[in-house]
Amino acid sequence: MMELIGIPPQALFGQLMLGLINGSFYAMLSLGLAVIFGLLNVINFAHGAQYMLGAFVAWMLLNWLGIPYWGALVLAPIVVAATGLVIERTLLRRLHDLDHLYGLLLTFGLALIFEGVMRSQFGAAGMPYGNPLPGGVNLGFMWLPWYRGWIIVASLVVCLATWFVIERTKLGAYLRAATERPEIVQSFGIDVPRMITLTYAFGVGLAALAGVLAAPAYQVSPNMGSNLIIVVFAVVVIGGMGSIMGAIVTGFGLGVIEGLTKVFYPEASNTVIFVIMALVLMVRPSGLFGAAK
Amino acid sequence: MPDALLKVADLHGWYGESHILHGMEFQVPRGELVTLLGRNGAGKTTTLKAIMGLLKQRKGSVAFDGAETIAMAPHRIARLGVALCPEERGIFSALTVKENLHLPPVLREGGMTDAEIDTLFPRLRERWGNSGAKLSGGEQQMLAIARILRTGATLLLLDEPTEGLAPVIVQQIRDALLELKRRGLTILLVEQNFRFASTVADRHYVVEHGQVVDHMTNDEIAENAERLEAFLGV
Repeated sequence: MMELIGIPPQALFGQLMLGLINGSFYAMLSLGLAVIFGLLNVINFAHGAQYMLGAFVAWMLLNWLGIPYWGALVLAPIVVAATGLVIERTLLRRLHDLDHLYGLLLTFGLALIFEGVMRSQFGAAGMPYGNPLPGGVNLGFMWLPWYRGWIIVASLVVCLATWFVIERTKLGAYLRAATERPEIVQSFGIDVPRMITLTYAFGVGLAALAGVLAAPAYQVSPNMGSNLIIVVFAVVVIGGMGSIMGAIVTGFGLGVIEGLTKVFYPEASNTVIFVIMALVLMVRPSGLFGAAK
Repeated sequence: MPDALLKVADLHGWYGESHILHGMEFQVPRGELVTLLGRNGAGKTTTLKAIMGLLKQRKGSVAFDGAETIAMAPHRIARLGVALCPEERGIFSALTVKENLHLPPVLREGGMTDAEIDTLFPRLRERWGNSGAKLSGGEQQMLAIARILRTGATLLLLDEPTEGLAPVIVQQIRDALLELKRRGLTILLVEQNFRFASTVADRHYVVEHGQVVDHMTNDEIAENAERLEAFLGV
């Protein structure tokens, strides 16, 4: 078989595909983190756990209620977003005037609770979730499983739709303005506290949607979120906290870089993102797309 | 006193532990332009924030058009027809002039159209596509006032709109305020410069240590000029 720069194309494109899939999850999760941080000034450490909850709710819907994947794709994010709504109303709102370290500590505690409850109920081993789109297509240079293609397309659509709403609509203008000066936006007659609650719920729902997308691709397990969230935080730091397009581009970009590192220098694949983070922090502390504050 | 659109009585306000407003009492008659005069730190801005609902710790009575608003959230007070133009102007740097102008939703009937705002502040139209960050101080102030005119508010709370502006711009702001008054809007203006205030206002309240210590109609300001000058330290 023909080789590209010494690498069989199947291996190269296969890893590129895996990189894009990882990047899809990085992008969706870091987008939610960026939206939440922008308006609430909270570093939502429970984001990984909420992604995991999305996958678990999809599993429960299928195994307990017989609701298949496509129903869960809509229902699970709504269920998890509702828990986010309660968390913001009852807990996060009380920390609103304090340093964002308190929000981080609270959400870190929540993440531990969510994971602990799921571990005690379902064990740590992980459970399979059937692939709703079996099969695939031979592209000539590689085999593309349908479900992997679906993850990338769905993630891109969700990310770009979120970007469009925030950057190009009146609702998004309120959100961006409230990020800068919430008091003024409230004096315009906008219910900013409600907007904050719904934004948190939306960010959490986005994490849960990523969780449902991940369920058939990986095992549904209590620690699936904590494995991912550290990398996602690195992605957010590289992209720049609070930048919507930055989160999307950096998410996909770093997924691809990670995938290519697996091909060319596998030993570094687990650390490459953190090396990039260290370099970016040295050169541009506010991140590639972040505005210096 | 004529029919009051805004009645403030025994208004107290706090920032954390600091007691800032100590029983403010004043009224703003419908269609008049009333000023709160006082030095820096007298509690004028805090009073506007308390009326708008932005001061979280407040008690007493603020009645707007007959409705008690002391316990209302800011967005509900805004929907009754109260609008605030803050001292720092609050122009969003990431948005253009047009986007800033159109950001506040139209809450009630009777707001000004873009064409009417053009007549009032022709300079803004020239800057239509510029970002908010690129405007001069005077243009920012015009935009901050123009922005709340579209909403249909009937009471405008203006916090030192002429502060730090060149005399020619102050003149334009004054003309605009007189035009707004002519259109029947009610305005509560916070000022340190009583000479400017006397050219636009109908009535003045003097504020010190979070209380109203004196009040006078604009006709009486000339005879009190010396006292005011000493009092305001200008």
